[in-house]
Amino acid sequence: MSHKINAHNVNVFYGEKQAIRNVSIDVDQEDVTAFIGPSGCGKSTFLRTLNRMNDTVASARVEGDIRLDGEDIYSKDMDVVQLRARVGMVFQKPNPFPKSIYENVAYGPRIHGLASGKAELDTIVEQSLTRAGLWSEVKDRLSDSGTALSGGQQQRLCIARAIAVDPEVILMDEPCSALDPIATARIEELIHDLRGRYAIVIVTHNMQQAARVSQKTAFFHLGELVEYGDTNDIFTNPREQRTTDYITGRYG
Amino acid sequence: MRRRIARRYAAERRFRWLGLGAIVLSAAFLFFLIITMVMQGAAGFLETRVQLPIDFRAAELNVTPEQLRGDRGDLALAGAGLEGVVDAAAGAAFPTAGGAELLSDGAWLRVRNAVKANPALLRQQVVIDVPVNSDVDMAFKRAGTPAAERIVSAMGDRLSSGLNHDFFGGADSSDPTRVGIWGALKGSLLTMLVTLLIAFPVGVLSALYLEEYAPRNRWTDLIEVSINNLAAVPSIIFGLLGLAVFLNTFGLPRSAPIVGGLTLALMTMPVIVIAGRNAIKAVPPSIRDAALGVGASPVQVVFHHVLPLALPGILTGTIIGMARALGETAPLLMIGMRAFIAAPPEGLTDPATVLPVQIFLWSDEVARGFVEKTSAAIIVLLVFLLAMNGLAIYLRNRFETRW
Ligand SMILES: Nc1ncnc2c1ncn2[C@@H]1O[C@H](COP(=O)(O)OP(=O)(O)OP(=O)(O)O)[C@@H](O)[C@H]1O
Ligand SMILES: [Mg+2]
Repeated sequence: MSHKINAHNVNVFYGEKQAIRNVSIDVDQEDVTAFIGPSGCGKSTFLRTLNRMNDTVASARVEGDIRLDGEDIYSKDMDVVQLRARVGMVFQKPNPFPKSIYENVAYGPRIHGLASGKAELDTIVEQSLTRAGLWSEVKDRLSDSGTALSGGQQQRLCIARAIAVDPEVILMDEPCSALDPIATARIEELIHDLRGRYAIVIVTHNMQQAARVSQKTAFFHLGELVEYGDTNDIFTNPREQRTTDYITGRYG
Repeated sequence: MRRRIARRYAAERRFRWLGLGAIVLSAAFLFFLIITMVMQGAAGFLETRVQLPIDFRAAELNVTPEQLRGDRGDLALAGAGLEGVVDAAAGAAFPTAGGAELLSDGAWLRVRNAVKANPALLRQQVVIDVPVNSDVDMAFKRAGTPAAERIVSAMGDRLSSGLNHDFFGGADSSDPTRVGIWGALKGSLLTMLVTLLIAFPVGVLSALYLEEYAPRNRWTDLIEVSINNLAAVPSIIFGLLGLAVFLNTFGLPRSAPIVGGLTLALMTMPVIVIAGRNAIKAVPPSIRDAALGVGASPVQVVFHHVLPLALPGILTGTIIGMARALGETAPLLMIGMRAFIAAPPEGLTDPATVLPVQIFLWSDEVARGFVEKTSAAIIVLLVFLLAMNGLAIYLRNRFETRW
């Protein structure tokens, strides 16, 4: 079992309302896994169960078994803060801190005590920005505010911020939905480069994007996992009628 | 079609004129207020002095310059009978103008200070400027009683005007020429200090708890409603509360800045809680998500991100609350701060008064000299308020986040 994440029979409720029904999914370390499906089908909800971001929603309740490297992440022994350092997240809307570019990236390592000195922190910041493909654009203006960057740059800064704490998994919730095609292409390239180093799970509404960046694709519909498999199979030879309908644009 | 556009333009023009009119009107009121205050109050910072010739060689003083230079000099001076010498000198110098009556009750203190500063004067004949009594002071500045007017014209250029230093150093007195604002100002400062030290931390922590940690249920709803109502409770009721709790139950001293500060803190706290909660609510959730997403603990999210971003709003609310507290009179009257206090407070438990109460007390005095003192005290209070608001604007700009 080389699965990074095993989710088994996961149900998520918002109050009385069930948003996720009995979803089981395994995420591999080497793959980029894409979640697709119509709006409101529960992609974000499920993604957020993977690093317990749903804990912040008072009405949310999660049932089932989710394991990271075999450890139950909803068990009492699991420290949420530690978990989120291991499973990083990039959000739909770029949300840099209103602080300098340097501080944005340095914040995570600093609170987790990953660097023992200024020099080491500098190295982590440079490395993270380089991996996020942003270093050459910002290296002369590290003290500028992170919010002064363009939308695409901000999103890469958020990716750099997530990388900086050296996570094992990166969750991305529609990271390109607020970006233009060129910025989107850069992020997709970046996901390519990051693949293998981190297990990546990405939610997207863009079929082509899912096809381009992912090796595995999961299709959600009305809170259920309809189909999960190799991206190639899902897009060329889906087993389920609903998947075919969605991919060919019959609903969305 | 064209008529519709014309109507729309006309409506916009009307609206603009209305707005402009409102601004002009309020500016005019403000201008009127400031002008009258300054006209009335400026003279309150001045005193009228008369040249008083004193021949110490002829006077019968039982003190020598050598005694004054020793370390028991103050004691020697106190027993020297200086007051009598001043009275006698005044009697000799202004026989037609009422003699010692012409001088302010505090005139001999000037002479004492002059002698203290230069003991050698005791062997000389000198002329010292001393303040005159309130009636003559009034007559010299503006217009007074016919009798005082006659004295002013008779004295001619022996009268002069000067800055009243004692006004900035002294406290209340029954003689308008001797009163000072420093006692009330210091009382206000000490009271505000207590208010700030209690209301700010408690208010901010309550706001943080209610926004960040409290579960949403019937109890927190109840607390929220209570706080909102508390902010609207008339201030005199807080005064009664302070009287009942701090004086009667805890037995704290009456008229003390600590009690005043605690009472005003009760009143200011809800304002800070409400402003704080709004400021915290205005921090975008995406920032919390971002911080949680990199593994910040809830406390780190609050102290590293939410609080710094909410700080300008919290500070603005705090200063508004403090400014309101600074101007409060009613609750402080309830806890005994209306007493006649002739010395500035030395500490938090000394009897004290505050600026607005002092203004209230002086405005109630019948002696005419208190009118300008009241206006002068109002100017001091307004300057204090403006300074606080200036600080608020500075802090807000200083901590404001540029997105
Ligand atoms: N905080 C919440 N409280 C209550 N219900 C919620 C909450 N968040 C999501 N839901 C509900 O859960 C369901 C799944 O929402 P989710 O955001 O996961 O959908 P999604 O697939 O990410 O949609 P989209 O593609 O539009 O982002 C929806 O019906 C939504 O109304
Ligand atoms: Mg979503």
